[in-house]
Amino acid sequence: MAKQLVKGNEALMKGAILAGCRAFYGYPITPANEIAEAAAAYLPPVGGVFLQAESEVAAINMVFGAASAGVRAMTASSGPGISLMGEGISYLAGAELPCVIADITRGGPGLGNIAPEQSDYFQVVKGGGHGSYRTLVLAPASAQEMCDLTFDAFELAAHYRNPVIVMADGFIGQMMEPVEFPREAKLPPPPEWAVLGDARTRPNLITSIYLEPDALEAHIRKLDAKYQRMQRESVRCENYMTEDAELVFVGYGIVSRVLKSAVNRLRNEGIRAGLVRPVTLFPFPTEQIRAAARTAQTFFVVEMSTGQMVEDVRLALAGMRPVEFYGRCGGNSPSAEEIVEKAMEVMAHV
Amino acid sequence: MSEPLYTLKCGKAGCFYPEYERKADLKDQTHYCPGCGHGITHKLMAEAIDELGIQDRVILVSPVGCSVFLYYYFDVGNVQVAHGRASAVATALKRARPEAIVISYQGDGDLAAIGSAEILHSANRGENITVLFVNNGIYGMTGGQMAPTTPVGAKTTTTPRGRNVWNDGYPLHISEVLSSLEGPSFIERVALGNPKQILQAKKAIRKALEAQIKGLGFSLVEVLSPCPTIWKMDPVEAQRYVREEMTRIYPLGAKRDRLAEAAPRPLPEAPPPLEEIPRLLKIDTRPSPPSARHLEGLEDRIKIAGFGGQGVLLLGQLIAEAGMDDGLEVSWLPSYGPEMRSGTSNCHVRLASKPVDSPLVTRPNILLAMNEPSLRKFLPDVADGGLVLYNGQHVPEDCHRPGVRVLAMPFAEMADSIGSAKAGNIVMLGALMALHPVLPDEKIDGALKRLVKTERWLELDRAAFACGKNAALELESCHA
Ligand SMILES: Cc1ncc(C[n+]2csc(CCOP(=O)(O)OP(=O)(O)O)c2C)c(N)n1
Ligand code: SF4
Repeated sequence: MAKQLVKGNEALMKGAILAGCRAFYGYPITPANEIAEAAAAYLPPVGGVFLQAESEVAAINMVFGAASAGVRAMTASSGPGISLMGEGISYLAGAELPCVIADITRGGPGLGNIAPEQSDYFQVVKGGGHGSYRTLVLAPASAQEMCDLTFDAFELAAHYRNPVIVMADGFIGQMMEPVEFPREAKLPPPPEWAVLGDARTRPNLITSIYLEPDALEAHIRKLDAKYQRMQRESVRCENYMTEDAELVFVGYGIVSRVLKSAVNRLRNEGIRAGLVRPVTLFPFPTEQIRAAARTAQTFFVVEMSTGQMVEDVRLALAGMRPVEFYGRCGGNSPSAEEIVEKAMEVMAHV
Repeated sequence: MSEPLYTLKCGKAGCFYPEYERKADLKDQTHYCPGCGHGITHKLMAEAIDELGIQDRVILVSPVGCSVFLYYYFDVGNVQVAHGRASAVATALKRARPEAIVISYQGDGDLAAIGSAEILHSANRGENITVLFVNNGIYGMTGGQMAPTTPVGAKTTTTPRGRNVWNDGYPLHISEVLSSLEGPSFIERVALGNPKQILQAKKAIRKALEAQIKGLGFSLVEVLSPCPTIWKMDPVEAQRYVREEMTRIYPLGAKRDRLAEAAPRPLPEAPPPLEEIPRLLKIDTRPSPPSARHLEGLEDRIKIAGFGGQGVLLLGQLIAEAGMDDGLEVSWLPSYGPEMRSGTSNCHVRLASKPVDSPLVTRPNILLAMNEPSLRKFLPDVADGGLVLYNGQHVPEDCHRPGVRVLAMPFAEMADSIGSAKAGNIVMLGALMALHPVLPDEKIDGALKRLVKTERWLELDRAAFACGKNAALELESCHA
């Protein structure tokens, strides 16, 4: 199919609708606005609901309502809004409701700024809400992946009955790139457990409360088994030139693209560099990173933050290899030149 | 009045479960204290559901508060939600299933404090849901803290010296507040103070549900309700307190009743067939054009800057569109946010034969400056060997840089002379394609056809492109 030049945010929303999303509830925030705007433009004509909520707190609870009624539903926001959604995301996970949340990240803490950062990794990947829950997190690196991974996010959410977060930085949301959209739209019927307001589903109950400690423990263990299943079945990661790499970069989202060009430049300089790019941040590609240690002497994590994912890389390697870190933040992003320079320094010492 | 009035036994109404199986022990009793208003409110609601014959259609939203276990009792579709958010959840349930009868059941802490924004906006949108608002003037579940509805002077665990208006404000009159909005179709405050009041409460609940069945929009019944346990009264005394004290603070009666005149909310239209979706999303379903030539080693990093309204973003998009059509790897990134409001605008375009790493252009090899501030701001960033086009008569004295070609042409004026200064961006594009011919003319023309909305502008832009291209070629031949 012909490619179209579209913004990442718009590609995301179109991918969502093609995957059967028929409800969007959200509250404006830069740099995620184009998602809500595309939802407002395209959802009503396809028989879907778009509603601008009074807050992110209301929005995520509306998503809870739509998901309870068996509708593929989503919201989109950025750091401050995701903070407000923490409680709701925990309820969604607790009640095992599928939904998709797009987080187009910006600079923090506080009001920070609207420029791209990757400083919400902890919040999103480790769970910003309360309780023992996880959300599956996908990290697109292009407008094409904004569409494709969001499409997949709805499938994964339905498969696991769990919220899935698509986390991209402001660059990926705002930039336009050629996108080839899926040819066909899907619209699966509501799942068995949904509450539809009819005789068949009258016995159904959506809840996250388990008053008895034994009942709650059983529920938590069931959820945990599901998260472990995700770890076994749903890790996604991209390897670039890692077969013989002595230096392995780890980075996600836009950073992974800059890292690819750093890899190319370093190889021209005679340094065998490679890249492991996590596509799922939870489940984290622990095994893939450990596998890269077969050839790698050094790992080098680059993030647009002061270092968050680096902790997971260190955990994965468990001290097997040194893990260096380089980060830019505040809305600044690392250039390939900068990274090459830092990497040369590191390699000079090994 | 004696206690049994408030005891909810199973099997009394059809939409109650015959046994409360979701509760392990005490299968025929509720978890409420004796004399609690929640029990009687449940009963009234159950009777209304039975009478209206809507049991199969009901989706009941349980709040957080003493009534968190509403779903133990009602044999209907049940959804238990976060503290205060019941009306937001109900909003989406109803939007998802317009045929369902959605009831949001909330206490006064839940609705009037933590959920005040959600209830205000659900009411204001006229959501076609029914809210049962149980006002007992206290937080029951958490053990007796002040609610927004607590009477002035009343002692609670968090107002040990009595509610003091200077510290705690005044009792919140939710029914009156919501009645000031356009959205609601029916709002009534009732009480559980004696059999007559209870009868009226039942009528009001039924009416509120009828409003929803008819599709008239938001309905709410506020129930002044006893909480003997926290009030430290026996059930009879608590009932008297409701009847005599609470009704003085909260006057009973219908605050809004548009059942006779309101028109039903429009129902959503039937969805289109699935095959129509790609077209409705404006997705290009034509087969992809045969892959174009591949320029080896092309790596353009283009920065375009100017005032808002000079067509900076469109210029960038045209280059990216044409590049995409030509089989190149492309990206386009606008400056976004506050910068846009300051009246300046810029964008970054990458054109490359290899995949684009970052869409951000920090060291442009091409700078297109539509005004002098942009020239001054970005000239220092231009890479050696770069090309700068500047919209002006002359390059300012101090804006020359060795190793960088800076060229001034009055693009906007040139555009003005052929029809509109607004096409200055396209004149500039023409000049760029003369000096740096990386994109075939027909690809630029294709991009113009897609992005320019009217025939008149398309003609003008075509002329502008030719004008810029010719002028630059002429300049080149003079130099040569
Ligand atoms: C976010 C959050 N904050 C606080 C609580 C604790 N909490 C549970 S119920 C409740 C108040 C309930 O009072 P009300 O709505 O008046 O209902 P009642 O128990 O009186 O029927 C509070 C504060 C909670 N569950 N969630
Ligand atoms: S504490 Fe009050 S509101 Fe809660 S069950 Fe007892 S009487 Fe009812």
